[in-house]
Amino acid sequence: MIPPGAVSSQASDASGIVLVAALVLPLVGILLSFLVAGRYTRGMALILLAVGLAVAAGIADGVWRTGHALTYTSGGWLPPLGVKLRADGLSAVMIAVTAIIMFAVGLYAPSEFRVRQDKAETRRSFSFWILLFAIWVAMNAVFLGNDLFNLYVALELVTFAAVPLVSISGTAGTLKAALRYLLFALIGSVLYLLGTALLYGNYGTLDISLLSERIRPGLAVWLSVSVMTAGLAAKTALFPFHLWLPPAHSGAPPAASALLSSLVVKGSFFITVRIWFDVMTGLTDFGATQILGAMGAGAIVVGGVMALRQTRLKLLIAYSTVAQLGYLFLMFPLAAGAVVSSGVTLALSAGMFQAVSHAFAKAAMFMAAGLVADAVGHDRIAELRGIGYQLPVTAFAFGIAALSLIGVPPTGGFFTKWLLLSASVSTGQWWWIVVVLAGGLLAGGYMFRVISPGLAAAETPLVFRSPVSRNREIIVLVLAIFALLMGMIPGTPLELLQVGRVHLTRAALP
Amino acid sequence: MNVPTILGICAAGLIGLGLFSLIVEPQPLRKILAFNVLGNGVFLFFGVVARRGAAVGLFGDPIPQALVITGIVVGFSATALAVALLLRLFDETGSTSSRDDAQKESKSERADS
Amino acid sequence: MTIGVGFSVALGLLILAVAVFTIGTRDSFAAVVAFVVYGLLLSLGWMNLYCPDVALTEAAVGGGVTGALLLNACARVRSEKTSDFKKSPRWIGRGMAGLLCLALSSGLVAVVILLPNPAPTLAPEATRSLSATGLGNPVTAVLMAYRALDTMLEKVVLLLALVGVWSLASDRFWGGRATFGHLPEPDRPLIFLTRVLAPVGIIAGIYLFWVGADAPGGAFAGGAILSAIWILVFFAGLSVVPAVGSLGLRIVLSIGIIFFLAAGVAGISMAAGFLAYPEGFAKPIIVVIEVAMTLSIGATLGLLVAGPPGQSLKP
Repeated sequence: MIPPGAVSSQASDASGIVLVAALVLPLVGILLSFLVAGRYTRGMALILLAVGLAVAAGIADGVWRTGHALTYTSGGWLPPLGVKLRADGLSAVMIAVTAIIMFAVGLYAPSEFRVRQDKAETRRSFSFWILLFAIWVAMNAVFLGNDLFNLYVALELVTFAAVPLVSISGTAGTLKAALRYLLFALIGSVLYLLGTALLYGNYGTLDISLLSERIRPGLAVWLSVSVMTAGLAAKTALFPFHLWLPPAHSGAPPAASALLSSLVVKGSFFITVRIWFDVMTGLTDFGATQILGAMGAGAIVVGGVMALRQTRLKLLIAYSTVAQLGYLFLMFPLAAGAVVSSGVTLALSAGMFQAVSHAFAKAAMFMAAGLVADAVGHDRIAELRGIGYQLPVTAFAFGIAALSLIGVPPTGGFFTKWLLLSASVSTGQWWWIVVVLAGGLLAGGYMFRVISPGLAAAETPLVFRSPVSRNREIIVLVLAIFALLMGMIPGTPLELLQVGRVHLTRAALP
Repeated sequence: MNVPTILGICAAGLIGLGLFSLIVEPQPLRKILAFNVLGNGVFLFFGVVARRGAAVGLFGDPIPQALVITGIVVGFSATALAVALLLRLFDETGSTSSRDDAQKESKSERADS
Repeated sequence: MTIGVGFSVALGLLILAVAVFTIGTRDSFAAVVAFVVYGLLLSLGWMNLYCPDVALTEAAVGGGVTGALLLNACARVRSEKTSDFKKSPRWIGRGMAGLLCLALSSGLVAVVILLPNPAPTLAPEATRSLSATGLGNPVTAVLMAYRALDTMLEKVVLLLALVGVWSLASDRFWGGRATFGHLPEPDRPLIFLTRVLAPVGIIAGIYLFWVGADAPGGAFAGGAILSAIWILVFFAGLSVVPAVGSLGLRIVLSIGIIFFLAAGVAGISMAAGFLAYPEGFAKPIIVVIEVAMTLSIGATLGLLVAGPPGQSLKP
């Protein structure tokens, strides 16, 4: 135990302070929005979000240049007594994605969330920005956490930030969706907490790095991981726990839906990855991961089929999220079945790439749908004929995002599927190939259902209730282009993901 | 058979009971109660671990105790948010059901300003 | 079987019995009352496990404030008919859920029995570093020093829950006061009880937080008692709920986080790093942060029970 006032060189990197900035910045945003901001809230928020981009770049730069994970020990107390923050390649990539999407959402946020010159703050303007910053700090805490209880608090932060965003419009439908979401999320949290209790009782620590050294197979570990994974699966809306997602994500305002589908659900997924890849190194059971993969396959198929049947655009996009989340869980059986560590890398990259490109594509898609719904006043697909010609920029962005979800080259989604297929082939688990291809077909189907009427010639142009801001359209387009970029220059992100991966730096395990 | 083990078995029972009720109960208010029963069972489990960690003159390992205190406060916040949602839903629709068609006794919806 | 073990067995069985009643009874009001009893029995259980800090927090938060919240809620939804709900899952659904939970409980019992001996514990590390913090209560040291990041984030969680509750208000009531949902006219015994109890409660709350540095207690238990007194004062009509838009209220609610964050950031230049304390000054700084925390916790818990603003400030 180090004495206070002295920092051991292994406790924190000097550049680790940027990890603290990633947490402190959004907290400042919450406090300012809560206390004083009023009319200046949006301006202040945009400044903080822009600084956040710089912080995320700093983290990514630090991880990339040093070639190992950045760490920071909070308070100078080393684990197992204290709490450590750690940013490896996975964290750096996700923090960057979060910063970019949050900045875009901040710019995109409609006028109903702003305080007008002459009026006092409203319920919506107050709530939205605080909840935005809360999602930001929660996601960063999830990506930086190296302690399972710290991750529990982060998970609760995510939930409490996301649920009120679902019900912010106050209608009965959104209240029901929010309550259902909250109840599912609470089951998930408490099951997760049970798992941490089991682990602490057996190993005396909740630090991920220390646990990975001490952990041994046994009933307690098996039960703990099952319970935690079940809880996290409920929070990620993995089939068959997906029922809460479509009404919640479609009922929220589009700016919030973008955050919910692209970032919030990835939080609990990220922790699942941490547990299976970083805590349980060397212990993954082949059969158990096949169950996870099967649930993912179920999500892909059921989500895709349900999306095909939807008549409302936002619900269709929400079911698409259910389907796309299924791809994330295919990485578990593919990693467990890998014989060499490069196979694990391949599976890990596939999963994370899916998380990233889906985040960009889905955020762009929800925002585009929001622009359309604001303009026309509804989101019934059948009545959107010809919208593509009236809002070409939005339609173009939506199209790129759709291509990424389907998996058409050269988008990020295509690269993801290519990685998944490679991993399936190299591990001999050919059945996932069928699933991936079926998912692509279904996605093609439901996206065609939207794009086809959108590009059809309409006899009379649709009447717009209000003009669509060109700036907002451009924001949507930029996000969609990010999804495209992920497929065109995948090399650097791919290498960044590998920094600080435990299985690459330790000797082979039995 | 010592005290921690006995209360640990009690905790295991509470967890099973709470989870069962949370899954099968249709009314949200009862689900919230079940969530609290379940949560307290998990905390009690932490307490068993804490007691077993008694050493160097302390009666229990302080880390799990601190985790439980944090958990109790977080759990209360969750309950408060869930209750607020539930009451708001009740005010809007006259029912706390999260089913979309259970509006038999509902009052007419008030429009938000 | 010694008396100690016998007591634990009796307590354990009683807790389980009350839990079964809470879950099984069809009357929601009875269930909530039973839940409050459950909370208080759990406090006894915590004392049985020699965890007095947790026992105090559980009694104050789990039994007291949660009880007020749930009783208030139950009274408001009384008029609801159970026929509005879909019937409970058919027997096959209940059977499967029951089997699952039975398997889980059995697995947990096995885990409890198989917990390692000697138990892994961080008590030695905690006591060794205690002198550096200047505190006498190791649990407070964990909360305010070793795992201060958790505690700070948890304060944010509390504030966020309140923001979430407030966001559920109708737009027209924004900036107004919470109403606990139309409380009935307080009767005279209640007013009298509050007048007698409030000063005692406030002193108890402040005392509990103050001794928490060296003895069982702390900001959470103290803050919870203060919030309970505040709720009682509202119920008795002796005070008006502050308006949501009031800057003073917002400062009180966020002062805990502000002090924590300020101390944390200051630690970067004046001590080992973020959330570290300079040598020799740890205890005074911790106590100052705890003062702010107790105020914030007391106000936040009370307002969480009060609910979203239901009454506009404008006439």
